[in-house]
Amino acid sequence: MTNHIVTKRQYAYVFGILMILTLVTTWAGLVDLGRLNVVVALAIAVIKASLVVLFFMHIYWSTKLNRVVVVAGFAWLGLLLWLTLTDFVSRGWLPFPGK
Amino acid sequence: MANHTLALRHQFDSVEQQKDASTLGMWVFLATEILFFGGMFLCYTVYRTSYPLAFGHASNHLDVIWGAVSTALLICSSFTMACAVTSAATGARNALVGFLVITILFGVAFLVVEMSEWHTLYKEGLMPGFNFTYKDVDPNHVQLFFSLYFAMTGLHATHVTIGVVLLAVMAIRSFAGAFTANYYTPIEITGLYWHFVDLVWIFLFPLYYLIARHLH
Amino acid sequence: MITATVATRENYLTNEFGVKSWLLTKDHKRIALLYLGSITFFFFLGGIFATVIRVELLTPPGDMVSAQTYNKLFTLHGVIMVFLFLIPSLPATLGNFLVPMMIGCKDLAFPKLNLLSWYIFMTGGVLVLYAMLIGGVDTGWTFYTPFSTGYANTYVILTAVGIFISGFSTILTGLNFIVTIHRMRAPGLTWFRLPLFIWSMYATSIIIVLGTPVIAVTILLVALERGFHLGIFDPALGGDPVLFQHLFWFYSHPAVYIMVLPAMGVVSELVSVYSRKKVFGYKFVAFSSVAIAVLGFLVWGHHMFVSSQSVYASLVFSLLSFLVAVPSAIKVFNWTATLYKGSISYDTPMLYAFGFIGLFTVGGLTGTFLATLGFDVHVTDTYFIVAHFHYIMVGGTMMAYLGGLHYWWPKISGRMYPEAWAKLSALTVFLGFNLTFFPQFIMGYLGMPRRYHAYPEEFQIYHVLSTAGASVLAVGYLIPAVYFIWSMRYGKPAPDNPWRATGLEWQTSSPPITENFEITPVVTHEAYDYANLEEMTVG
Repeated sequence: MTNHIVTKRQYAYVFGILMILTLVTTWAGLVDLGRLNVVVALAIAVIKASLVVLFFMHIYWSTKLNRVVVVAGFAWLGLLLWLTLTDFVSRGWLPFPGK
Repeated sequence: MANHTLALRHQFDSVEQQKDASTLGMWVFLATEILFFGGMFLCYTVYRTSYPLAFGHASNHLDVIWGAVSTALLICSSFTMACAVTSAATGARNALVGFLVITILFGVAFLVVEMSEWHTLYKEGLMPGFNFTYKDVDPNHVQLFFSLYFAMTGLHATHVTIGVVLLAVMAIRSFAGAFTANYYTPIEITGLYWHFVDLVWIFLFPLYYLIARHLH
Repeated sequence: MITATVATRENYLTNEFGVKSWLLTKDHKRIALLYLGSITFFFFLGGIFATVIRVELLTPPGDMVSAQTYNKLFTLHGVIMVFLFLIPSLPATLGNFLVPMMIGCKDLAFPKLNLLSWYIFMTGGVLVLYAMLIGGVDTGWTFYTPFSTGYANTYVILTAVGIFISGFSTILTGLNFIVTIHRMRAPGLTWFRLPLFIWSMYATSIIIVLGTPVIAVTILLVALERGFHLGIFDPALGGDPVLFQHLFWFYSHPAVYIMVLPAMGVVSELVSVYSRKKVFGYKFVAFSSVAIAVLGFLVWGHHMFVSSQSVYASLVFSLLSFLVAVPSAIKVFNWTATLYKGSISYDTPMLYAFGFIGLFTVGGLTGTFLATLGFDVHVTDTYFIVAHFHYIMVGGTMMAYLGGLHYWWPKISGRMYPEAWAKLSALTVFLGFNLTFFPQFIMGYLGMPRRYHAYPEEFQIYHVLSTAGASVLAVGYLIPAVYFIWSMRYGKPAPDNPWRATGLEWQTSSPPITENFEITPVVTHEAYDYANLEEMTVG
C-alpha cells in the first residue's frame, strides 16, 4: 500500500519550499505587523507542518487509517487548547469577584 | 544479505501486513507525542494570553537568527532523512548509510546550537532555577516565559538526542546490510519519528522567537 | 468434539518451564499472567492502606495516626489503586489474554513491546513502592499545585516519576491493541461481528493513547517545577494552579472511562452467554463504547466547579457531563433487554454481572447528581463524592473484573474454580460493598468531609457501618485469592468450552496452545449467535 517510492527530486522541491517559508517567517517576525504577526507566523508554521506530514512523512500516499490517526492527534490537542481556554477567556464575565 | 522472509514475524500473515502494522503503530505513537508536547503548548497559550507584554519583553532576549538557523538545520535533516528512506527503498545501501550519517550530523549541529543558546541565556541570568537575575520589566511573568522555554526546548532536545541514537543504530545496521529494497521498515519508522521532531520545532520557533517580539 | 484433559496436551503453560521462559516470554497469554500477579499484589497493598484508613475512622478523634500520616495513607491508597491497579487491571490482564484470541490471531501486533510494557510497569511500580517505603507522599493522588510543587515535604518527585514511567506502559498496551484490532482480525471477522469486549478494548485504547500523554507531561512539569524551581504553576510568579487542574483532569476524567469501559465489555460478554441470547442492540452498544470514549474527553471541568473556573465554562462542562451519561445508560438498557426472555443461569460470573449492572447504575446516577452545578457545590470534597466513585470503580469495575476472571479462568488455567465458594464470595463482596459505601452517600450529603481523619461525633455511626462493611468486603476478596491459587493444582480440569459460549477464544483448548489456534479460524457468523451455536462450533 505504501510502496510508493518518492524520488529525491520530489523531496528537494518540498525542501526548497520549506526553506523559503522559513526565511519568510523569520523576516515577518522581525517586522512589526501588529496583530498579523501571530496570524502570519502560525499560518506559515501550519503550511510547513503540512508539507512535512504530507510529503516527508508520506501521508499523501498513505492509508486512510494513518490519516485519521494524524487528524485525531491534532484534533485532540485542539480540544485541549480550546476547551481550557474557554475557562480563561470567560473569567470576569460575571460581576462577581473571582467568577 | 538478510532475506526479507526472515524478517516476517510469526504473528503476521504477510510482509505487507507487518509493514502496515509497524507504520500504523508508529503513527499512533506520534499521536501520543502530539498530546505530550501539547500539554506544554497549552501552558504557553494560557500564559501568553494572560501576560502578553511580559512575553514580548522576554521573547526579545532570544536570538532570532540562531532560532532560524536551528529551524533550517532540522529541515535539512528531514530532507536527508527522507532521501535515506528513498535510498533504502531502492536498495542503495551506501547512499542509505550516507544520508543517515548526514542526518545525524544535522541533528547534532542543532543540539550544539541549542546548547550554546542555553549557555548564553544562563550567562545573561535568564535560566530559572539556576541563574535568574532579570529585574527589568515584569520579572515574574518573564520567569514564566523562560521556565516554559527551557521545559519545552529541553523536552524537544531530549527527543532529538533519542532520535540521534536511533539513527546511529539504523546507520550501523544499514552498514551491516540488514536492509534491502524488500525490507526497510525500521528505516521508515525511524524517519517518521525524526520528522516529528522537526515538526515540533516548526511550531516552537515561531511561538517563542517570533510572535511575541513586538508586544511591548 | 472430543476434549482431552489438561494433562495430556501441551499448552502455553506447559510448553516451556523456568523463570527465563516467563521473564523473557513474548506470548501475550504469559504476559497477561505476569500482569495478573503484579496488579493483584498492588490491589492488596492498596487494600491494606484502605484498611488502616477505615480503622482510624472508627472513632471521631484522629487518634491512631497523625494528620500528615493520614494524608499519606489516602494518597497512597489512591495512587496505588488508580495507577497501579485499576488502570492496568482489565486491559493488561484480560485484554492482553483475550484480544488476540477473540480476533483469531496468534499474538498481538508487537509482542516484544508487550513484554517491554510489563517491565516498564514494574519499574514505575517499584519506584512508587520505594517512595512509599522511605516516607511516602501526602498530596492526595491528585497532586494539586502549589502544595505538591512548593510546600509538600514528602517524596513527590519520586512518586511522580514512578507514575510517569508506568503511564508509558499503558500507552504501549493501548497502541498494541489499536494496531492489532485494526490489522490482524481473522478472515470474515468484520467490525460488526466482533465481540463487544473488543469494541470496549478498542474504545479504551483510544482513550489511553490520547489522554495518558497529557498526565505524563503534567506530572513531568510538577517534577521539574519542584526539582528545579522553574515556576510554571507558582502563583507567586503569576502561574495558575487551575491550569494544573485543567491538565490533570483532561486525562484523569477519561481515565475513569479507561477503568469502566473494559468492565462494560466484560458485562456484555457475561450477560450474553448466561442468557443464551445475543446482546440486544449490538450496534448501539458498540457505538456507545466509542461515544463514551469521545464524550469522556469533553467533561473534565466537572471536577473543577469550585476551583474558580469561570461559571460559563462550568455550565458547558455540566451540560456535557449529562450528555456522557446517555451512552452508559443505553448500555444498561440493552443489557437489561438482553436478559428479557433469556434462558438465565446464575453461575458466579453472572452474579458479578448482575452486581455490576445494579451498582454501576447507582454510581452513574449519582454522577448525574454531581453534574448538576447547584448540587455539586454542596457535596464537593465530601464523602458523597467518595461513595460515587467507589460505586463505579469497586461496585462496577472490580465486580466486572472478578466476573471476567471467573468466566475466563477455565480458559486461562485449564481448571474450574470451586463454584460454591465462588458464589459465597460473590455474595460477600456484594453485601460488604454496599455496607461499606452506601452510608458514605448519606454522611457525605450530611457534610462529612473527605480526606479528614478526625470528625464530629454525629458521623460516627456511618463510619462504623462503613468499616464493618469494609471488613466483610475484605473477606469477600480474600476468598477468591485463595481458591484461584488452589484451583491451579486441585481444580477440576476444564473442558474447552465449559459455558458453551460463542466467541473464537472458546474454539481453542483450555488452556490454549501458544499460537492460540492450530489453523486460523474463518468467521462466518455474527457475534453471540446462540441460535445457531451448533453449526458454529468448529470440530
